[in-house]
Amino acid sequence: MPVLDTPDTATAVSHDPPTRSPGASRPARRGLGRRLLADRKARAGLLLLAVFALAGLLAPVLAPGDPSLITDLGATPPSADHWLGTTAKGQDVLALTLRGTRSSLLVGFTVGIAATLVALLVGLASAYLGKLVDDLLTLVTNVFLLLPGLPLLVILAAFLPPGTTTVVLVLTITGWAGSARVLRAQATSIRGKDFVAAAVVTGERPLRIMFREILPNMASVVMTTLLGCVIFGIGAQAGLEFLGLGDASVVSWGTNLYWAGNDGALMTGAWWAFVPSGLAIALVAFALALVNYAVDEITNPRLRSRRRRKS
Amino acid sequence: MRLVLRNLGFYLIAFWASVTLNFLLPRFMPGDPVSRMFAQAQGTMQPDQIAQLQKLFGLDDRPLWRQYVDYLHDVATGDLGISISRFPTPVSEVIGSQIGWTLLLGLTALVVAALVGNILGVLAAWRRGGILDSALPPLLIFVGSFPYFWLAMGALYLFGVTLGWFPLRHAYDVGLEPGFDAVFLGNVATHLVLPALTIVLVSVGGWMLGMRNTMIATAAEDYITMAEAKGLSPARIMFRYAARNALLPSVTNFGMALGFMVGGALLTEVVFAYPGIGYQLLASVQALDYPLMQGIFLTITAAVLLANFVVDLIHVRLDPRVRVR
Repeated sequence: MPVLDTPDTATAVSHDPPTRSPGASRPARRGLGRRLLADRKARAGLLLLAVFALAGLLAPVLAPGDPSLITDLGATPPSADHWLGTTAKGQDVLALTLRGTRSSLLVGFTVGIAATLVALLVGLASAYLGKLVDDLLTLVTNVFLLLPGLPLLVILAAFLPPGTTTVVLVLTITGWAGSARVLRAQATSIRGKDFVAAAVVTGERPLRIMFREILPNMASVVMTTLLGCVIFGIGAQAGLEFLGLGDASVVSWGTNLYWAGNDGALMTGAWWAFVPSGLAIALVAFALALVNYAVDEITNPRLRSRRRRKS
Repeated sequence: MRLVLRNLGFYLIAFWASVTLNFLLPRFMPGDPVSRMFAQAQGTMQPDQIAQLQKLFGLDDRPLWRQYVDYLHDVATGDLGISISRFPTPVSEVIGSQIGWTLLLGLTALVVAALVGNILGVLAAWRRGGILDSALPPLLIFVGSFPYFWLAMGALYLFGVTLGWFPLRHAYDVGLEPGFDAVFLGNVATHLVLPALTIVLVSVGGWMLGMRNTMIATAAEDYITMAEAKGLSPARIMFRYAARNALLPSVTNFGMALGFMVGGALLTEVVFAYPGIGYQLLASVQALDYPLMQGIFLTITAAVLLANFVVDLIHVRLDPRVRVR
């Protein structure tokens, strides 16, 4: 296997800027996953994410039954029977939070992947085709960047029929622009490299150049963009649902907070009704940020060495 | 000058895009939201007012291009239609009566966050590896990863409900006569503290990190070494030499932050029932008041674009390099 791989790595090395020594650049691309696992920050982040993913998967086992079933145990504080207490409607908060993990993570990651995909297509097309297409796409990107995000979100959600699909669609529409700008900048700089010019001269098809020549060389930027978009997706979904603009029948962290606000949990002092869901959102966002930070450090040697010199 | 004109053109295009979006949304959305609205509003309106709204949403038989031209004309002359939930007040009047509160909340939070964040950033960069530089940024990032509105809920619960230090809702006490006297202004100020504080808390980290990073880059410049060699006092070098130049990206950020601030203010206003246009936007969504909703969206967009244009002008004034290019 390693023998077969040699020509590939050789070309990859020649693509790298001359400042990196060939020996150092090889593992950077090959073992991003392994190097992530070796990084303390990334490990903590990934572990935290795994815990949440597991909680979401096992939610029906850990908390069987319908979590939003209304019972007559109104707003009891945490106890042995209900570890995180119950809401004003008598629902178990732990069960709601566990079940909410599913929708929140699902929507967050879907939005993240979709927004990154749109941003990637726009960025690659902008960089490869250049000229008029680039000007036009840049203009559209900048307009989307400048329009105030949340009000736009509210307007779109108000006109579209409520539901999870709407939430995903609306968040993708409002979330792609920032990433597109970053990816375009990266793709444009790679577009100017000699090996892309060589590929053009050899007569490779445009799609192949975009996805097989340019894309692999910006994998790390795509990765950090993706993580950023997922963070955005989870936070924005919660915000939208907190405003009551999502699908109120679905159990998610955002709707949990919406109902906590609606049932007056703040005024009656029922802190346990709104603390767990908010904490969960923050922890997931923090975990993603940790992984993001580690990816940045691993793939950008300059950042790493500066950090080392500092400590 | 050319740069300013180019930017102005860009902002006009952006505004045109949002007006067009506003025009298209009620006409091409599935589920026909507008007829839902009419069904709800049937009893309360005069026939000619219904006709006017139908014109606004394109329910008469004019061709589409004609509707579009008329709509652009209406927006350009400031005619945003009549609010349905606050019938028969015109939309522009509803917005005008509430935008002041949003401006007060948003600008207070923005100015405080930018000031505190920039100063902290300067200090952190100056004493690299010190406590400000090593302990504060991770903490602020962690605080920043909480949802905006959740922090607002927490602050409301902790300082409002449990400790009772600050009022829970609205911009001033019910029954108080608005006026420019000490009692009223003091009352407004105490109502402002909690909402503004939550926005500041979430956004100050971004300002600080941005300032810190540019300060580190600036501190490596030759003219700083020169200033040190001349024996100028550290405080003078820090603020008059380094910070002055490092402030430039922060000025550009100010425009971008404004859009973000409007969004943040929206959620905060909802949590604190603060009577700004963000609160009104949500209320109009719940009441299916589409004219008001669209009017608020256009107003916010226009305000953000205008602010960005002003920031551009300031930037050109401050940075001679931009003028040359």
